[in-house]
Amino acid sequence: MEDERSFSDICGGRLALQRRYYSPSCREFCLSCPRLSLRSLTAVTCTVWLAAYGLFTLCENSMILSAAIFITLLGLLGYLHFVKIDQETLLIIDSLGIQMTSSYASGKESTTFIEMGKVKDIVINEAIYMQKVIYYLCILLKDPVEPHRISQVVPVFQSAKPRLDCLIEVYRSCQEILAHQKATSTSP
Amino acid sequence: MVLKAFFPTCCVSVDSGLLVGRWVPEHSSAVVLAVLHFPFIPIQVKQLLAQVRQASQVGVAVLGTWCHCRQEPEESLGRFLEGLGAVFPHEPWLQLCRERGGTFWSCEVTHRQAPAAPSAPGEDQVMLIFYDQRQVLLSQLHPPTVLPDRQAGATPASTGGLAVVFDTVARSEVLFRSDRFDEGPVRLSHWQSEGVEASILVELARRASGPVCLLLASLLSLVSAIGACRVFRLWPLSFLGSKLSTCEQLRHRLEHLTLIFSTRKAENSAQLMRKANTVASVLLDVALGLTLLSWLHGRSRIGHLADALVPVADHVAEELQHLLQWLMGAPAGLKMNRALDQVLGRFFLYHIHLWISYIHLMSPFVEHILWHVGLSACLGLTVALSLLSDIIALLTFHIYCFYVYGARLYCLKIHGLSSLWRLFRGKKWNVLRQRVDSCSYDLDQLFIGTLLFTILLFLLPTTALYYLVFTLLRLLVVAVQGLIHLLVDLINSLPLYSLGLRLCRPYRLAAGVKFRVLQHEAGRPLRLLMQINPLPYSRVMHTYRLPSCGCHPKDSWGALCRKLFFGELIYPWRQRGDKQD
Repeated sequence: MEDERSFSDICGGRLALQRRYYSPSCREFCLSCPRLSLRSLTAVTCTVWLAAYGLFTLCENSMILSAAIFITLLGLLGYLHFVKIDQETLLIIDSLGIQMTSSYASGKESTTFIEMGKVKDIVINEAIYMQKVIYYLCILLKDPVEPHRISQVVPVFQSAKPRLDCLIEVYRSCQEILAHQKATSTSP
Repeated sequence: MVLKAFFPTCCVSVDSGLLVGRWVPEHSSAVVLAVLHFPFIPIQVKQLLAQVRQASQVGVAVLGTWCHCRQEPEESLGRFLEGLGAVFPHEPWLQLCRERGGTFWSCEVTHRQAPAAPSAPGEDQVMLIFYDQRQVLLSQLHPPTVLPDRQAGATPASTGGLAVVFDTVARSEVLFRSDRFDEGPVRLSHWQSEGVEASILVELARRASGPVCLLLASLLSLVSAIGACRVFRLWPLSFLGSKLSTCEQLRHRLEHLTLIFSTRKAENSAQLMRKANTVASVLLDVALGLTLLSWLHGRSRIGHLADALVPVADHVAEELQHLLQWLMGAPAGLKMNRALDQVLGRFFLYHIHLWISYIHLMSPFVEHILWHVGLSACLGLTVALSLLSDIIALLTFHIYCFYVYGARLYCLKIHGLSSLWRLFRGKKWNVLRQRVDSCSYDLDQLFIGTLLFTILLFLLPTTALYYLVFTLLRLLVVAVQGLIHLLVDLINSLPLYSLGLRLCRPYRLAAGVKFRVLQHEAGRPLRLLMQINPLPYSRVMHTYRLPSCGCHPKDSWGALCRKLFFGELIYPWRQRGDKQD
């Protein structure tokens, strides 16, 4: 079962949340971030090239212009490969674990998998981010030595930063699975 | 809990048979290791499983049946498969079924005993997780979870379910030793059933390594015995040995070579990686050293270098003389105390004159020395670089001497000034109580003290300027030596084998796993593909770094500035084995 809804992130940009219910014990949430805008790309390229041309008129060395082209190309490639995240996915599988995938604009994917035995709970937290107060969804991990303490807080959807309404949807679905997991794990 | 069945991808299209593997009750997971084909004799199967259990300490058993047929199994086949459950009792009994050419699977789980509490309908779901057996066998999870018991099945529940799967597959290697060309009593399908993987070169190297290692280990022990003999403990040689970085680097390399050629087998994978990294580092070092050697000895570059060396030393000495003449005049417009200026300036000028005479004395031998030093590059680039650092230290020895004189003089002056300043205020340093106390001085004590204080204070700018200039020169030389040491450290500690492994065989170093949901149909069990998530490069570097020579900066920046201000001598690099101050 698959459905798609659109939400907005904390800056007002549009996000698309795709939910897939594979089975009662497996759900996937996919948040797509706004794409790289042509306007900002043109603006940055023009600034860099104008600055390089200004330097060229001062120094009369044509290496500056080729260096500016190289820098722009390399910078764009580096930005697409290391910085710009296109999609963030949360896959939660009952009694196996939670998997978070970030896909970058260049196609690279970085995945983290947390086993269910280490997960204590999923909560929505408040945080002060620059001049705003925002909500974010995070996974609380158990301390291996003392099961009642929390050893780590892992935030989810860090670069998409959706608003509370989107987070509540994801939170409800995850809690259903976690509740089911807790109920069955205590039974022998 | 949802039942997880880990199924190897190599067995997805094999014929029907029995599922052989391990059942982990704490995580409710069944790890299928191989498929045993019909026909078979149950007694032989049980014997084989008992052998495997004993050899590998893994609780291998028959977990269920696997059916790969043209259409859905008929009634009689279904009853036959269930009847097998009576021959090989296992709780729970799995029945996996796949249509030939179809994509969807079905899985039934039968519990022989009635469950203790009535379970809700649909409770017993099954999840199929496919894994690549070869990759899981060869990979190593980081951080390594230590599974303490090697008895069959006694795994504590606190370890993750995935670590158990990896461990099970890795320990069941004895099950994978036979392939379909062996004439055994049973026919198994697993990742090696098409033919056991082996390499002739690896086998030959393994046979040859025994005697070669023995020979080289004895040679190396001979060398280290010579190095440890009494002659080298006597004063001049031991002092030189501790100060020269070349000796340090040679000792380090000797340790590495002893590690590589030691006849003891590596106990765990971390030690194996360490050995492999050391071999790669030594090979790279020697290769770079030989390149440097061929470059130096070609086209008589050594001759050019030797011809250029003495004029360069002359030039440096001339520049120093100019600097001292400048200091003896009115440097930067400051007015120096004439007499002290002349004394210090003339003293240092005489020093430089002596140094130049020594360099000219040595000039006919320079080419021979350089030629022999160049030969040392065949021991490795790091040795050549350490030699270069030592030669720089020797050639700038006069700068070091000037720095020591200037620093000592300045230090004495500062201490004298602080003590007389206390006297000027009527206080004294109490050594017993380690604090400043008031003290009543006599008039003549006060008079002499104030006089000396004034003299020292007005002579301070001259001494401070000499100290500043020579400290800057010394810091420049130390910076150059530091850069060379950094490069040597880099070559020493880079884990090349691990980085190469991460580049070419990323599944060997695993940070974790990742799952992908395969095509799903309602009513069928969920199918997932488990893949290895490789370790990021930064963690590879951090985990497998070789221990370096131990030349770390001794002081923090604050302590260094404090030492410079008070005129204490600075030795920025701490060598291994230096006594603590």
